[in-house]
Amino acid sequence: MTFSVALRHDFPGLALNIDFSAPASGITVLFGRSGCGKTSVVLAVAGLLAADRCRVAIGDRVLTDTAEKIFVAPENRRVGLVFQDARLFPHMNVATNLRYGERRAPADATSAIGFDEIVELLGLSKLLGRRPHSLSGGERQRVAIGRALLSRPRLLAMDEPLASLDAERRAEILPYLLRLRRTLDLPILYVTHALDEAARLADTLVLIRAGRVLEAGRPADLLWRADLPFARRDEAAAVLDGTVASHHPARQLSGIEAGGHVFLVPSLDAPLGTKVRLRIPAREVILAATEPTGISVHNVIEGVVRSIVEDPARHAAMVEVALDGEGLLARITPDAVARLGLVPGRPVLALVKSMAIEVFSR
Amino acid sequence: MVATRAVGFGLPVAMLAAWLLARKRFPGRMVLDVVTHMPVVLPPVVTGWLLLLLFGVRGPVGAWLYQAFGVRLVFTTAGASLACAVMVFPLMLRAIRQSLDAADPGLEQAARSLGAGSWDRLTSITLPLAAPGILVGAITGFAASLGEFGAVITFAASIPGKTETLPLAIYAALQVPGGEAVAARLSLVSIALAVIGLGAAEMLGRRLRARVGL
Repeated sequence: MTFSVALRHDFPGLALNIDFSAPASGITVLFGRSGCGKTSVVLAVAGLLAADRCRVAIGDRVLTDTAEKIFVAPENRRVGLVFQDARLFPHMNVATNLRYGERRAPADATSAIGFDEIVELLGLSKLLGRRPHSLSGGERQRVAIGRALLSRPRLLAMDEPLASLDAERRAEILPYLLRLRRTLDLPILYVTHALDEAARLADTLVLIRAGRVLEAGRPADLLWRADLPFARRDEAAAVLDGTVASHHPARQLSGIEAGGHVFLVPSLDAPLGTKVRLRIPAREVILAATEPTGISVHNVIEGVVRSIVEDPARHAAMVEVALDGEGLLARITPDAVARLGLVPGRPVLALVKSMAIEVFSR
Repeated sequence: MVATRAVGFGLPVAMLAAWLLARKRFPGRMVLDVVTHMPVVLPPVVTGWLLLLLFGVRGPVGAWLYQAFGVRLVFTTAGASLACAVMVFPLMLRAIRQSLDAADPGLEQAARSLGAGSWDRLTSITLPLAAPGILVGAITGFAASLGEFGAVITFAASIPGKTETLPLAIYAALQVPGGEAVAARLSLVSIALAVIGLGAAEMLGRRLRARVGL
């Protein structure tokens, strides 16, 4: 089953022409700068934007099709919305807010998840009697997510849900979002301009620029590409999806199999076979022509240079290193590229500190 | 009596107008905005006279009312109520509109995405959020109605026990030699009512606002 959006709309100053489809399970992240048209996609999916031309479908259920004159009213389309500002109803307490959508959900709607489960899943039990204005930003956002889920949506659409929160609160909510992804069989459309959120959450990443889809695909395929705007960012980093393959308690290390290699990382408290995602920042990757000895680095990964893109603004070169199916991205100096004689097609060793690898549970 | 009716008639209309002005963009919005605020700036006597022209037995609306329903507004209690309602309408409108403006339309959008239809949204979100403003509007409207003078005397005259409002009675008392005592008593009543009205509006408004967390 897939979830597909095709949207054309002329705003003053922005011609929107967005077309993508994604698996109707897992998280689809729309990534781009503010003003590139991401929010319009969410509004169109929710039926709150009357676009010039638009088709929105979840599986075989068509919600909008301007060509066929199909338009399901927003209140009937069962798209759960979570806004940047939580938009909790100030005259109701948390429990009543949560029940608002639940009471209005169609009786025949099959729901995988009930009130108590949502409260448990989002850690809301202590908040039920409170008023929205007495909650912290992170708590409000959790309530808003719960409220949307209890309306038994076919799709959950989240528009920059973490943008108004500080780093600490964001870190507090991200695990809940991943929990939803694991627990619920529900497509989630997630809009953000934060690369770290996109890298952590996305099953499908849709990169939007100036009203168009620049590229769409798996994060593990897109984030190591030196030619995409991701690579221009400070925090440019490849992601690899893998599984926990070994534990070495005496060395305080765990092995993670990803991209045809085993990466050693600081000990993980997770059973073998657990799915994880590795994030390897480009500036932390060292390239070598021969295997070094007497060095603290644990991970010496054999790969092949796929392409090299110069980044003149930084006096740097972004080197794509292909592994088995996926790849790494290294930010090194143009001088190093010349000294090592790096050209596309040449084998190379990528050195990655265990401490530089971020491990996310999936 | 006159004041109660004035608020009873005026409030629903004020709510509708406030909602239109706060939420909708339509041609003639400016005109509605100006017309509804006219009674504040016009001399009350002018408002009364315009009402007389419009609702008088020979006026376009008044004649129709008289022929169709046998209703005569001029020089009746109903007429005095109408005059009061028109005069205090901007007061009520302002109070309601302020609370509607303060209520985020995004909340109605959120309710919509949660499956609430338009009537449902109005009763579950919009009205409860505007409740403080509506209540304050009703109370100040009531208090102000008690004190209406110019428009009432022009449109409904001053008939004791029928269209006589407090200030009309006070004025009448002052015209009579030795009527100062009566006037003073009525003035005290008037002051008391005003203080009670404003106090009640302030207190209730504050309590309701605290409840909705604004």
